[in-house]
Amino acid sequence: MSGGHGHDHDDEYTAPLGETQLRVKALESLLTEKGLVDPQALAALIDLYETRVGPRNGARVVARAWVDPAYRKRLLDNASAAIAEFGFTGRQGEDMVVLENTPRVHNMVVCTLCSCYPWPVLGLPPVWYKSPPYRSRAVLDPRGVLKEFGVALADDVEVRVWDSTAEVRYLVLPERPPGTEGLHEDELAALVTRDSMIGVGRPKAPERRPR
Amino acid sequence: MSGRPDLDALPAIPRDAEGPVFAEPWEAQAFALAVRLHERGCFTWREWTDALAAEIGAARQRGDTTTGYYAHWLAALEKLVAAKGLASAEDLRRRRDEWDRAVRATPHGRPIELARGQEPGARGA
Repeated sequence: MSGGHGHDHDDEYTAPLGETQLRVKALESLLTEKGLVDPQALAALIDLYETRVGPRNGARVVARAWVDPAYRKRLLDNASAAIAEFGFTGRQGEDMVVLENTPRVHNMVVCTLCSCYPWPVLGLPPVWYKSPPYRSRAVLDPRGVLKEFGVALADDVEVRVWDSTAEVRYLVLPERPPGTEGLHEDELAALVTRDSMIGVGRPKAPERRPR
Repeated sequence: MSGRPDLDALPAIPRDAEGPVFAEPWEAQAFALAVRLHERGCFTWREWTDALAAEIGAARQRGDTTTGYYAHWLAALEKLVAAKGLASAEDLRRRRDEWDRAVRATPHGRPIELARGQEPGARGA
């Protein structure tokens, strides 16, 4: 297995890795040797966040709040506890705060410093949430940002921008769409988009069903 | 963050559908490393977000808006890992070079083994 050296035929060899990949491999292998991480635990974490934790958790919380006034009150009073009723709890010990959209107030969430985000209910943040333009423009020009996301607000609607921190993460409780009176909780949850829970979108409209 | 910002000079916000959260596998690896080290108690989450915010803030000061989020994440992790004495910058650099040599010495299709990249003296020592 040691005959690889001194060969000139580059095609026969594995393509060099990028600088970034090499640095990640260096970190991972050194930390693994020291017993601080192990590849299986890392793979399990990645699977958890790539496939199992995602915005569907938050959608279930929002749908419950739409159908159950008592839950809605608990959610607004103590979001961390109300969200934990579903078994969604933070790994970083952060506090959750739920912000209620109304006909008069529209809430949107940003993290200007890094990209703090409510993982337990929304999974990992989307590309745009982590981008410098969003992080700066959400604060400077929230209405302009909302317009780019397709959310047009009347002039008399107040926009409140909330800056996440390591300690506090926000989830927006969007308004329940009109025409959804007869829908079940699961059907409602399917209408709740990730963007609506960050405050840069609205829930989907219900499909018209024949009566 | 002060004065009158020139909004037109700001680049557009990249948009996506509700798609994958990691653009490349290394991003997921870097993410998981930080989360796992925190779970092991190697640093507090506050220490982590401070390190990440410092990295992102320094890029902003330089006017760098093109470096990706997980590139900042990786740089912050390397610094915090060194500051906590878990792996020095020198150890990381040496290991990076070993992986580089190992990859280049690996016949196509074979698993990459670190031993292929270690200095002859270090091999099997």
